[in-house]
Formats: sequence, C-alpha cells, structure tokens
Amino acid sequence: MRGRLLAFIYRHRSLQLLLLLVPPAGWFGVVYLGSLAVLFVAAFWSLDPLTSAIRHELTLRNFQQLVTDGVYRVVALRTIGIAAIVTVTDVLLAFPLAYYMARYARPRTRAILFVLVLLPLWSSYLVRVYAWRVILAQGGPLEWGLAQVGIPGVAIYPSDLAIPIVFSYIWLPYMILPIYAGLERIPGSLLEASGDLGARPGTTFRRVVLPLVFPAVVAGSIFTFSLTLGDYITPVLVSNSQFIGNVVFDSQGVAGNVPFAAAFAMVPVLVMALYLIVARRLGAFDAL
Amino acid sequence: MPIAPADHEDVRARDPAGSAPVAAVRLEGLVKRYGDVTAVERIDLEIREGEFFSMLGPSGSGKTTTLRMIAGFEAPTEGRVLLHGQDVTGRAPFERDVNTVFQDYALFPHMTVGENVGYGLLVRKVPKDDRQRRVADALRMVRLEGYERRKPGQLSGGQRQRVALARALVNRPRVLLLDEPLGALDLKLREEMQIELHQIQHQVGITFVYVTHDQDEALTMSDRIAVFNQGRIEQVGAPAEVYERPATRFVAGFVGTSNLLTGSAAEAVVGRAGMFTVRPEKIRLEDPGSTAADDEYAADGTIASVVYLGSDTRYHVALAAGGELVVTQQNLTTSSTEALEQQGRAVRLVWKRQHTREVAEA
Repeated sequence: MRGRLLAFIYRHRSLQLLLLLVPPAGWFGVVYLGSLAVLFVAAFWSLDPLTSAIRHELTLRNFQQLVTDGVYRVVALRTIGIAAIVTVTDVLLAFPLAYYMARYARPRTRAILFVLVLLPLWSSYLVRVYAWRVILAQGGPLEWGLAQVGIPGVAIYPSDLAIPIVFSYIWLPYMILPIYAGLERIPGSLLEASGDLGARPGTTFRRVVLPLVFPAVVAGSIFTFSLTLGDYITPVLVSNSQFIGNVVFDSQGVAGNVPFAAAFAMVPVLVMALYLIVARRLGAFDAL
Repeated sequence: MPIAPADHEDVRARDPAGSAPVAAVRLEGLVKRYGDVTAVERIDLEIREGEFFSMLGPSGSGKTTTLRMIAGFEAPTEGRVLLHGQDVTGRAPFERDVNTVFQDYALFPHMTVGENVGYGLLVRKVPKDDRQRRVADALRMVRLEGYERRKPGQLSGGQRQRVALARALVNRPRVLLLDEPLGALDLKLREEMQIELHQIQHQVGITFVYVTHDQDEALTMSDRIAVFNQGRIEQVGAPAEVYERPATRFVAGFVGTSNLLTGSAAEAVVGRAGMFTVRPEKIRLEDPGSTAADDEYAADGTIASVVYLGSDTRYHVALAAGGELVVTQQNLTTSSTEALEQQGRAVRLVWKRQHTREVAEA
C-alpha cells in the first residue's frame, strides 16, 4: 500500500511539487505576506486625536506628517545614511579577508578563519554590543590606547559615530561569507588567462575578478544594508540618536499610534525595494 | 622587473654569428620541486622557431608543469627559461611574449566572444578600430564569424575551444602554448580539430608547444615530440623517429604498444641478452615450421587472445621462449569470426631484423 502510494507520487511531478511547496508557501503567504499586507493597509489608517482610537478610513495623513515634520526626515536620513556607511565599510573590510580565504589560505588556515568569522554569531547580540560599549567608552581600551600614542580624550561612546562602528562589526560575517563564496567560484585559470593575455594584476582584478564577484558583493550588501536599516537596539545602546525602528517602536508602544508606526515602517521597505531595483539594473542578478 | 625593449618585430632572431637560428624556447637545467615532490627533474630542451612541438607523456610526467614554467605561471626551482635567446625566468606571464590555450579554455564568462578574443588587445591598449578588425580576422580563422556577441555559455565545447584559440592567436604571440586543448572533446571533434590546428599553425607560422597524453595526437600533428616520464625527457625526435626507433623501454611502451623481448625470449629470438622491441604491425603470422629468411627473426608461440578492432585485429601471442608479443593485422580478407577463431592456434611470428630495436631500461 505504502509502495503504491510512493509510486503514484513518483509518477506525478505536480504532486511532488505540491508536497514540496505547500508548507513554505503556506507560511510565506499567510504569515509573511499577510502581515506585510496588514502593515501596508494600516499605514493608511489614522488615530483619532481625541479618543486615541484607530479610524479605519484611508488617509494620507501619516505620510504627510512624515514628509513635513523635519524630525522624521532626519531620523530617516540618518538610518539610511548609516546603513550605507556600514555597507561600504563592510565591503572594504570583508573583501581582502574573503580574498585571502578563497585564493591563498591553506585548507587548515581557511577552516580556522571560518570559525573565527562565525564565532561572534554564536554569542548574544546584546553581549557583543555591550562589549563595544566598553571598548568605546570613556576610560575604555580605545581611549587608553589612543592616549598612549598622544591622542587623549577620545571617547566615542555615546555618539552617532559609535553606531556605524558597532554595526560594521556585527554584520561583517554576512558580508564575508557571500564574497568568499563568490570568489571561490572563480576558476584560477581565468586569472592566469588574464595575466597570460598581458593584463597586470590590477587590470585582472578590475576586469575579471570584480565583475565576476559583483553579484556576491550585492548579496552581502543586501544583508548589511537591510539589517542595519531595520535595527533599533544598537542605536539605543551606543548613542542618543534614534533610528526608524526606534520611532516605530515608540509610536506603537508608548503612543499607541499603530497607523503612524506602520507608515514609517514602510520607509525601509521602499528603500530596500529601490535598492534591489538598482542592483538589478547593474546586472547583479543576471546569474540567477 | 621592467619589460625589455620590444623585440616583437625582429622575427627569426639570429645569434651574433648570424648562422644558426636562435631557439624559440630554450630550457636549461629546469627543475621544479613542490616540497619533497619533484615534478620536473632537470630538463634541457630546445624548441625551434616555427615548429609544432609536442610534449607527450602520462599524467604526472611533468609536461604541464614544464609548459606552465614557459608561460610564467610557475617559477622554476632551478634552471632558466629562454624565449628567443632572452632569459625570461624571472618575468611574470604578462611580460612574456607567449600565449596559452588552457585545458578548460578559461574563457571569461561575463564577456562576449568578441570581448574575450579582444581582451589581450584591449589590455595592451590597441586602438579600437584595429582591435575590431583583428578580432574579426581571428574569429574568421577559427570559422566563428558572426559569433562576436554570443556569451561563452551559449557555445558548444568545440566552439569554446576555438574561441580560446582565437583569443590567444589574435595577440600574434611568437610562441603559442597549448595545454591538452582537445582533451575535453569527443573523438570525432578531436580529430577534426587536430587537422584544423595543424592547418592554422602552418598558416600563422607561430611556434606551437603542445602538451598531450594522446600519442596518436602527438604523432599526427607534430614536427617533433618530446616524450616525458617522471619529470624527465626520455626522447626527443620526429614522430617517425620516436615511433620506429624508441630510445627507451618507456618510449617503446608509451608511444604505440609495448612489445618487449627480454631475458630468455631475447636470447632465444635475437641470440643475445638485452631488451628489444618490435612494432606489432611489422610482425607476420605464419604457420608453425615455416622458414624465415636470413634477414628475419622468427619466434614460435600460441595465440592467447584475439581483439577484433574493426579495421584491424590484435593478436596476443604467448611465446614458447617466454613473454608475449602483440601482432596487429589489417582485416584485408579476414572476417571477424575468422579472426576470433584464431584463438589457441600455434603460430610462428616472423619479422625483419631491421625492425627490431634495442632499447635502454630508462
């Protein structure tokens, strides 16, 4: 009986696909897209100023407030700007290390580096942020070290500068791994061929390595950019500034203004959509 | 290291005396070791200007490593590499006037066929008009006109192979290095490409250094062959020379079928101790007791097995004096059944003394 059933499934490809895809599609459709749809609709609701009850009529009031109120513009620009800085910093930090791991390191060294790259992910996010707070604070190792070389009084915590430093560290593994995978897929013979045809190492890098690894860099940047864009813990812990996430948190928690929170939460979604469109235009997904 | 003044155009460089032409490639005492492993063990070799030179040997014999040292991908542990009389041992690949066709073709997947072929010209800053014309010429030579805009991923194996060839030739290198370029192609295509490569080489007159493990390929295409074994060269010579007069036991076995008479068999047939070889197609199968002429050797034996190959049949004959000889015969009149029925038959093998070669152990 069981054999017959398996044989039946084996013969019907569509049934196989159905069994394969129903669980993730159900999860994705209901939980993920459903909540996104609710978010989208809620952004057009509003809060009754007198009763603090939610009015289920569609209005653009929330978005109007976002655009006209300078405070929110500053928060949004700060969030996006820092996300961009973090992404660029991580590309610059991750590339040489990933290049070394993919092209030069022996298997043993590579394994050790892999563990070191992944190790921070095993510890709590909060512990890592607090560790940075200690490093950057007044009287911390950074200030002490800089004072030894004649630059006294540098305490970065708490400040806006601490935010990108901590984020760059926390999201670095998400940049290293895709770039490593991208570099590893480039056959060594391509680099040899380029040199053989007269290209100096710099030219080989620009014309062969970079174009081939570009999709991997974009993949990593999607992680670092979107993770920074959506975070609201680190800014609170290392600075006195707010991210979009903090405003969203306060709006729906303290103020109980879910519609406004939803509207502001739409901003990172739109920025990410724009980001992906640009990446697509640049050919980052051609290989998919 | 700076690039020496361009000597690109003074073709056929000659030595100061003006007599003997300078070798296109000259290897002097070349050694390559990886830790304890010796890949190439003291190779001395001269490759002449304009010749089709093959490096033949089994995998791990050092032929590819030698090629890579000529290209500049590997630095020799000891010894020198000279290109047209110039010591290039310390130069990077991009400072050498050679180009390579890689075994896996190594085409740039993100570039079109035209961009691939034009890459060497682009990085050497050849003006665009000139570049386009030369790319078109190169593609015409390998019969791929009109493929400029395709991506390598859209091509068949044979087409990719030709793009790789065009990409190397378009730079007009003085020496072209080919690392088993036909290895990934099927037999039919390989034979076609062998002829095509040979024609192209004659057409462009560039020195070809061709690495292969396929003895037929080396014999068909080359002007000269170097037979590699365990990091050394066992023999250098024209195909006929290497085939008909193998210098060592290894060459006799690797180029063609190993047909060795040693020990008691050598004494019984040739009349003295030593190691002798005879090509299977030189041997006649006769009835037992038939007489051999004065200039012939004869050996009695039994046909141990028969392999029918279509146009030929291969007979493995166990000799009465010990050992085994392989005899191939064209199936001029025999059918497959007739050939296979020969198994177990007692025979006398007869061949001309001049076709017997004494070979060294190594």
